[in-house]
Amino acid sequence: MRPILERVGRGEVLLADGAMGTLLMARGLKAGECPEALNLDRPDVVASVSADYAAAGADIVLTNTFGGSPLKLALYGLEERTEAVNAAAVAAARRGAGDGVYVAASCGPTGRMLQPYGDTPPEAVAAAFARQLAALAAAGVDLIVVETMTDLAEAVLAVAAARAAAPGVPVAATMTFDVTPNGFFTIMGVDIPRAARELAAAGAHILGANCGVGVEPMVAAAAELRRATDRPLLVQANAGLPELRDGAPVWPETPDVYAGRAAALPALGVGIIGGCCGTTPAHIAALRRMLDARR
Amino acid sequence: MEMLARLAEMLQRGEDQEVLRLTREAVAQGLPAARILNDGLIAGMNVVGERFKCHDIFLPDVLLAARAMYAGMEELKPLLIRDGVPARGRVVLGTVQGDLHDIGKNLVAIMLRGAGYEVVDLGHNVAPAAFVDAAERADARVIGLSALLTTTMPVMRQVVEQVRARGLAGRVRVIVGGAPVSADFAREIGADDYGYDGASAVDKVAALMAAR
Repeated sequence: MRPILERVGRGEVLLADGAMGTLLMARGLKAGECPEALNLDRPDVVASVSADYAAAGADIVLTNTFGGSPLKLALYGLEERTEAVNAAAVAAARRGAGDGVYVAASCGPTGRMLQPYGDTPPEAVAAAFARQLAALAAAGVDLIVVETMTDLAEAVLAVAAARAAAPGVPVAATMTFDVTPNGFFTIMGVDIPRAARELAAAGAHILGANCGVGVEPMVAAAAELRRATDRPLLVQANAGLPELRDGAPVWPETPDVYAGRAAALPALGVGIIGGCCGTTPAHIAALRRMLDARR
Repeated sequence: MEMLARLAEMLQRGEDQEVLRLTREAVAQGLPAARILNDGLIAGMNVVGERFKCHDIFLPDVLLAARAMYAGMEELKPLLIRDGVPARGRVVLGTVQGDLHDIGKNLVAIMLRGAGYEVVDLGHNVAPAAFVDAAERADARVIGLSALLTTTMPVMRQVVEQVRARGLAGRVRVIVGGAPVSADFAREIGADDYGYDGASAVDKVAALMAAR
């Protein structure tokens, strides 16, 4: 397969997959269980999620390693199995997605608050990312996606760890921005120009936004990202904000609504579009139809 | 008063050493501990909570302000006890089982402590029974539940059910909060109230305590 950066650099729009956690829950992951433990215990289930997204038309599937750093795995007593958990995730994604689909390593926050605001020294976070990313790189991935970051210092540590662990693999970095009266900011107070500047300086090839908001605000965020950087963009929005109907959360943006609104993204130079919380293979299939119709 | 305004100002800036120094100075000048707490520390933290709500400041500012507030409160605690200032009651707080997100819950703990409540923080991934056990043990009047994941919200209902099953309904009130949680959801699961954010949680907890 041609490298992702080459295709995106030529103006092609690649389709990433949608939510992982909610599908795993629907397929047997219980509340309170470690989602990443399924990579070892039920790799068939993890592979089935990637298979469904590939069947829906995704060009890229993300591994089930969002919480795969040893700092996060330690909450479940799985710290010592960091290498096995991450390697098994890559194998499951690769097997599920099949040939012709890129496998991207997901790398989420450690869940720790860095000094001086919290108690975790940056060295501990850097070491945790280095260990996770070394395992992912050794398993062989086509892209690394540092995602859902709110603390720029943590995001920069993850990007640097990714570049060091896998010098030949492109790195995308996305942060979660909230809509405020003064514009887009992460909860840690990072705005889009600063995120774009520092993540690019840390070595990220692709920049973007994910989670937190539905597609509409995400289009505005992508426009601001476009003004802040000339690098390719990656956008993975939620299917809106969950509403409660009869006690169960319902995500308001249906596949067609989601894809309809996301149709504004390619013109902004977004080279990879996918979904975050609340999106399903049906959303990805709708995005596939939208992207194919543009050709 | 000048000094307490300055104390509030330093707290807002997260200057913990300065807050500690000014708190000691206010005590040395003979100001009542309750007044230093209310017009200095709590007044400052209220502004911080309000500005955070408006997205005027962000989480790092709140965390630094909280650290400064705790520095001052540690100094005042023995004096408040000596003066016989009644504690405002205990709240058991935690993020429900299956959920590891504790930023929102920590903010609520900061605001409640700032308002003078004693908070028993159980952390994250807390089992329903653990909330009720802790409330009984600590003789807490309120249990506060947090969830960020839509998938863990049903655990909140289990806590409400356990409070009832143990015959504590009415004695122990349950308040819920978190990004996907709403007042409608709170009503539906039989919780006593819903807090939109840290600042409103303080108001709601005060109302629940008073409603006895």
